[in-house]
Amino acid sequence: MLLSALVMVLNKNAVNSAMCMIVTLVSTAGLFILLEAYFLAILQVLVYAGAVMVLFLFIIMLLDVDKGNNYEYLKQKFAFFAQLLGFSLLFFLVFNSFSKIYLPTTELVQISNVGEAGTIAFSNTAKSFGQILFTKYMLPFQVIGFLLLVAMIGVIVISKKQSTDTEK
Amino acid sequence: MTIGINEFIIVSSLLFLIGFLGVILRRNTIIIFMSIELMLNAVNLALVAFSRYNNTMDGSIFVFFIMTVAAAEVAVGLAIIVMIYRQRQTILVNELNQLKG
Repeated sequence: MLLSALVMVLNKNAVNSAMCMIVTLVSTAGLFILLEAYFLAILQVLVYAGAVMVLFLFIIMLLDVDKGNNYEYLKQKFAFFAQLLGFSLLFFLVFNSFSKIYLPTTELVQISNVGEAGTIAFSNTAKSFGQILFTKYMLPFQVIGFLLLVAMIGVIVISKKQSTDTEK
Repeated sequence: MTIGINEFIIVSSLLFLIGFLGVILRRNTIIIFMSIELMLNAVNLALVAFSRYNNTMDGSIFVFFIMTVAAAEVAVGLAIIVMIYRQRQTILVNELNQLKG
């Protein structure tokens, strides 16, 4: 995960670094699952790896920043290694799920059950999430909704104004 | 094999450091923007870890809000980048020197 983050920062090609960014985000979602925050992990994959990265890739495609990079000579080697890696991962997955030899499982340090008074205990269900969201954090929730609306209108205004300018 | 909070804090600070390096070193505006997202993500990870080990729900709620704000920010920022590209035909930071005296 940290490796892919480094590759993302240091890569010359913008599309490649976006792909490595996706790997980083998905592995962060894996860490969320390890922390028993399942709802946040799903949200991470949906919002970041889905929507945000598609937006990034779309903008990279639209702007076409790095023209004339010839990566053709590297493609054959990369494709071979990618196939090898993918097949070995698949084999490992099948082997691991159908054999009695398991990976060393990690477990978290047990949390103390005595929370402070007045706080809500950590829970991984979406139900408790929604309950807190609509009782204790009602005002921030509505502010967030308004912020999304403002951002949407702002984006529309920005792109629209620019298009009329270019028409003149 | 047990994992304490220290490992999560180390990973998240390393991730933050990498994102910071990206902001400092790169010239492409899109990559800088992606690095900022990476830093936000590192902070999210630290928040979830603290929330898990403190046995409270507040950190997770905060991560939820941060994700929403980040999505809105990405939309606005990318629109601004497209506008800059249309005006200046470049998105490299060191060529955006209009304010230079």
